[in-house]
Amino acid sequence: MPIRTEPVTVNIGPHHPSTHGVFRLRVTFDGEVVVDAEPVFGYLHRGTEKLAEERTYVQFVTLSDRMDYVASMTNNQGFMLAVEKLAGITPSPRGVWLRMIAAELQRIASHLVGIGFFLQDLGAFGTPLIYVMRERERILDLFEMLCGARITVSYMRPGGVFMDAPQDFWPALDTFLADMPHYVDEYERLITGNEIVLVRTKGTGKVPAETLVNASVSGPMLRAAGLDWDLRIKDPYEYYGRVKFDVPLARESDNFARYIVRIQEMRESVKIIRQCVEQIEPGPVRPKEVPFLIRPPAGDVYAHIEGPKGELGYYLVSDGTIAPYRCKVRAPSFINLTLLRDMLVGWKVADMIVTFGSIDINMGEVDR
Amino acid sequence: MVEHEPIALTPTPDNPLFRQTYELDRSEGAVINQMRATHIEQFPDPLIEVPAEFRRSIFVGSIDALLNWGRKSSVFPLMMGLACCSFEMIASAMSRWDLSRFGMEVFRASPRQADLMIVSGTVTWKMAPVVRRLYDQMAEPRWVISQGVCATSGGPYYESYSVVPGVNKIIPVDVYVPGCPPRPDALIYGIMQLHEKIKRYSLAGRAAGRE
Amino acid sequence: MTIVLGGEQVASVIEAITPGSVTGHDSSAAWVRAETWPAVARGLHDRPEADFKFLNSVTGVDYIDHFVIVYHLTSLGHNHSAVIKIRCGEAREDPVVPSAVPVWRGADLQEREVYDLMGIRFEGHPNLKRVMLWEGFPGHPHRKDFLR
Repeated sequence: MPIRTEPVTVNIGPHHPSTHGVFRLRVTFDGEVVVDAEPVFGYLHRGTEKLAEERTYVQFVTLSDRMDYVASMTNNQGFMLAVEKLAGITPSPRGVWLRMIAAELQRIASHLVGIGFFLQDLGAFGTPLIYVMRERERILDLFEMLCGARITVSYMRPGGVFMDAPQDFWPALDTFLADMPHYVDEYERLITGNEIVLVRTKGTGKVPAETLVNASVSGPMLRAAGLDWDLRIKDPYEYYGRVKFDVPLARESDNFARYIVRIQEMRESVKIIRQCVEQIEPGPVRPKEVPFLIRPPAGDVYAHIEGPKGELGYYLVSDGTIAPYRCKVRAPSFINLTLLRDMLVGWKVADMIVTFGSIDINMGEVDR
Repeated sequence: MVEHEPIALTPTPDNPLFRQTYELDRSEGAVINQMRATHIEQFPDPLIEVPAEFRRSIFVGSIDALLNWGRKSSVFPLMMGLACCSFEMIASAMSRWDLSRFGMEVFRASPRQADLMIVSGTVTWKMAPVVRRLYDQMAEPRWVISQGVCATSGGPYYESYSVVPGVNKIIPVDVYVPGCPPRPDALIYGIMQLHEKIKRYSLAGRAAGRE
Repeated sequence: MTIVLGGEQVASVIEAITPGSVTGHDSSAAWVRAETWPAVARGLHDRPEADFKFLNSVTGVDYIDHFVIVYHLTSLGHNHSAVIKIRCGEAREDPVVPSAVPVWRGADLQEREVYDLMGIRFEGHPNLKRVMLWEGFPGHPHRKDFLR
């Protein structure tokens, strides 16, 4: 005899241990099954895009750090590409190599955090997080050598970076690169073959690839659906054309596929950094002729990079003054949430949290 | 005030949940707007007053010492990450900085079980009623650390249209930790300053953290 | 390398799909008349020579005497990209643009954001509510005449 149940609407967040910050969901459950869900955004909306209109191009770098605060370096990188395209600045080769090294290190750090919190959402409370934070601390130490800050780095400037890496940085980076594949092996031993993880993640949160493309989803989520779309290959920026790496793909488009793509991407990032270290050339880290107050000609540009969470784009409009007229950020975390309702409806409560964790969002970037 | 039909939050295929929650959004927005209009003044810093006749009392003094020692050695923080600073808060709880040396490794998800609220990051006006409610739900004695300049004064977002210029307009704050974000060492130093503050509390004085 | 289609090329593609919908073009973008936007969007999405299956971003820009909505499109198959601009809201009061959500679902949250922060209404959007700010917030902060 089927049991009659009544739908109940529950509020989850903005203060909740598994909402990755201040995300909020209104969910209607029928028994244990999600009937409908409505995400509520804006609990960290700080008006970054409006503040950009009152700051110079270099001053905005500090605000771009604080948008996706687990991937500050890539945020800087995307903004610098847009400014250079707008103002017609040719960056120094050494500065570009340093940027690539920093950005790939940041990709590893971001994926580490993504995996740690994904496992935390699965119920592995604390343990995987402690493992991933151990390696993240080492990456943050490298950042501290580069620029003196751990999280909000403000490392990059139009034309390159603001400071060359110190002598101690290179041996420290080498040790880290030698250790990192072993760390990834360790996670794989712990997590990838784990029975509980497999049962909970395989087959849950499935989305077809066409739906993902139609909903503008990008990054590891798209590659987990078997779509070979990585801007580092498809639209190479900086010197990504000069390094060789594979794009990890998975076909299933479920939560496990997203996890495994992130794990593989960390290995590829290590490869990329090795090649950058081999090819880096001496010289200035930024051209001397770039002025402090940049006055680009009037016009608009759109520059995008492959951030750790997806396509990170900056749309800048200049009116010829020292501050951008309009600065719009195409935030991958925000747009990847378009499909959230479709991904949750029909699944159980526990799968809801796992699916939400597998998207790997960052609230600073969702709300900006 | 317009009377509204009670909202039936039961989605049907042709009437999804987001179409039914507009009134709910409006009433929440009214709360935020009211809070924005009324919370202009800062809360004064919580002071510790011990009446003169109790200061030299051996009985009260020894009980105070015991009680404060117990309180300071097991401060349970609330697991509340708001923005960038939350990652430094998490890092301070992880193996390198190891907050559990100070008896506070257990981050509680429920405010009912927590003693310390670490406001880790920017507080927006949309979040302000939530922060206030969480603070009200915490049992006394309770303490608040404002981590980072965003929580302390608005920081880089001071000019923004949606950011609370200082969380002390919403709740009283015991310890301010500067930095953007402060390193875990700085946060731990702030926590130790809070320990010093807890040590000075007295049975006879006002309860901790009360407005 | 993604081929960036110039404004003239994009304009000729759109003219072939729906004649009379392009109002002009500059070096980077094609300008489309607002009323014809749903048909143009459908054509850009479906026609094999255009094949713009991926919508990068939707942006609203306030030029004080009018608003401009900028759509950045990419074709994953051909690996080319295009920029479409729509001019609206000469009177500043209640600017309206047809929504692109029936064609690209990725426009959903972004159009809500533009509506919230710029105050441009998207006709035909299934859920046009405020997304970042709360209901009852006075004004639209990304407009140039917004005063704190």
